[in-house]
Amino acid sequence: MLQIDAITKTYQGTPAVKDASFTVARGELVCLLGPSGCGKSTLLRIISGLTDCDSGSVKIEGVDMTATQANRRPTAMVFQSHALWSHMTVAQNVGFGLRVRGLPKAEIAAKTAAVLDLVGLGAFAKRLPAELSGGQAQRVALARCLVVEPKVLLMDEPFSALDAHLRKGLREELKALQGRLDLTTIFVTHDQEEAMELADRIVVMQGGRVEQVGPPGALYQNPSTLGVAQFIGAMNTCTTTVRQGVAEWYGLDLRMAMPDGEVALLCRPEDIYPDTMGAAARVTRVIDLGPVTKVNLMTEAGDLLTWTCPRDQAPDLGRVLTLLPRRLHAFRDGLRVGLAQSPLPAQTAGAPA
Amino acid sequence: MKRTPFGGLILLVSMGLAMLGPIVTVILWAFAVKWRYPHLLPTEWGMKYWFAMLGRETVMTPVLTSLALTSIATTAAALICWPAAYAFARLKFPGRQLLLFSFIAAQAVPKFALFVSIAVIFLKLGLVGNFWGVVLVQMLSAVLFMIWIPTAAFRGIPPALEEAAFDLGASRLRVFLFITLPQAMPALAASYVLAFVSILFEVDSALLIGAPTITTMPLLLMTLSSKVIVQEAAVLCVMIWVPCFALMMLSRRFMTARGIAQGFGA
Repeated sequence: MLQIDAITKTYQGTPAVKDASFTVARGELVCLLGPSGCGKSTLLRIISGLTDCDSGSVKIEGVDMTATQANRRPTAMVFQSHALWSHMTVAQNVGFGLRVRGLPKAEIAAKTAAVLDLVGLGAFAKRLPAELSGGQAQRVALARCLVVEPKVLLMDEPFSALDAHLRKGLREELKALQGRLDLTTIFVTHDQEEAMELADRIVVMQGGRVEQVGPPGALYQNPSTLGVAQFIGAMNTCTTTVRQGVAEWYGLDLRMAMPDGEVALLCRPEDIYPDTMGAAARVTRVIDLGPVTKVNLMTEAGDLLTWTCPRDQAPDLGRVLTLLPRRLHAFRDGLRVGLAQSPLPAQTAGAPA
Repeated sequence: MKRTPFGGLILLVSMGLAMLGPIVTVILWAFAVKWRYPHLLPTEWGMKYWFAMLGRETVMTPVLTSLALTSIATTAAALICWPAAYAFARLKFPGRQLLLFSFIAAQAVPKFALFVSIAVIFLKLGLVGNFWGVVLVQMLSAVLFMIWIPTAAFRGIPPALEEAAFDLGASRLRVFLFITLPQAMPALAASYVLAFVSILFEVDSALLIGAPTITTMPLLLMTLSSKVIVQEAAVLCVMIWVPCFALMMLSRRFMTARGIAQGFGA
């Protein structure tokens, strides 16, 4: 459906997007996720045609659109600022795309009314944008795009200016609508929770590069780079050195089947379990988050560690626990070099003498 | 019980008098037939001087000339300056800031000196004493209002508004006509009215370029004011004031404080 191939864009010598490639299937919702300034919005604008790229190509249904102006592309964009035209009513805003296409008035009115009903704003047609709440305004902005039946819907952080509660509601509405209309959608966000919840697949971007593309679960379970691992979800990061198949993890020697050298060992807070042979750390804070409890710990060497455990297993403050990792992701030079499942301490039976 | 602040009341009345006093006096004079010391108000009212003025061709011709000159000069300036202002606001070209400031620089030169040098050139071109010569010079008076206020207004429109329209399939021209222009309208209207009024009251250009064939309303006012009949000058004053006031009231809808403040870069 949509093919992004080796897009590169440089702003006055500073690269904004570097060699970005990915594809989007029909009806798929893909999130571009990354910290601010990672080039995700620039990439979205390149897909829309509002910004041109230095090299690479954008293909929609196999047709090369790279040289096509934004107003001739079958894409429509929802802006973060909703960008409604304050001098037009809601209905005029929504009907604009049809008006410039030269459709007869009756048809514009009918389609506009239908789309406004679809986003639940049928009664607001005669209002001015200034009379709408933030959530309503963003729904009108969405309706304005839907009415022209774009082949690809582009959304540039559409909900980030709204409060958390509203954001959640709109997210679910959008997902339902997108599924029902089978809309091919690219959704830019810096909020990983939003991306995890919405996306069929996530494109993680950092420093203008595409770091990893995959379904939310896969990114979380098997991050392919250190950047992705640290950006998506929480991680306990321990930088250490492997010597003869042994690496020190928070003061405890673990057996690691990998070549010698420096390595970053990352472990999710929920992938830690108490074990008598584990690394010792003192509980410095216990935070009851409701469904789980977050426990902050400090090792003897002063390293900080986070463990999330079921509520009934929450330890007392000040206690010294011994912990082992269940899944330990290893990265070298920023790239994934291995995953250790329940690595054992070096002193256990079978360890080299 | 709320006490009326006495000092505040005095301040209000004196400020009101200071602002409205001159206008009220002029209006009173325009309808006074006899008004001698020590009477506070005219002793005899009437439209006598109005009929006298309106009947005189030497009065009506300059009034009509002025209205025609000002309308043409302001509209022509708008047609040239507004697109230029859009370019200043949206396009990046070398020397943009320098050019923008050159309009202020030109405004800082004493007008009279400027017009003398222009008159020398116009004399060779046969534009002195010519209606279009005066239009051309008067357009200069509009440039500051017509460039600076609209530039700031165009700059104040979020680019996303234009991009959204372009993205939905509108051509560049349609984006400008349907989105940019209506969004900038308050400030554009303000710039038009300010330019119109400043051109209408502009004396030097007509004096230097228009003379002796083109006489404008302000020129006539100068001549009348130097004579003894106060009423004639007052009648003419009211005649100038009415269209200006009407125009300002008409555009009041557009001339929000924000619109004007935007013009000066707020």
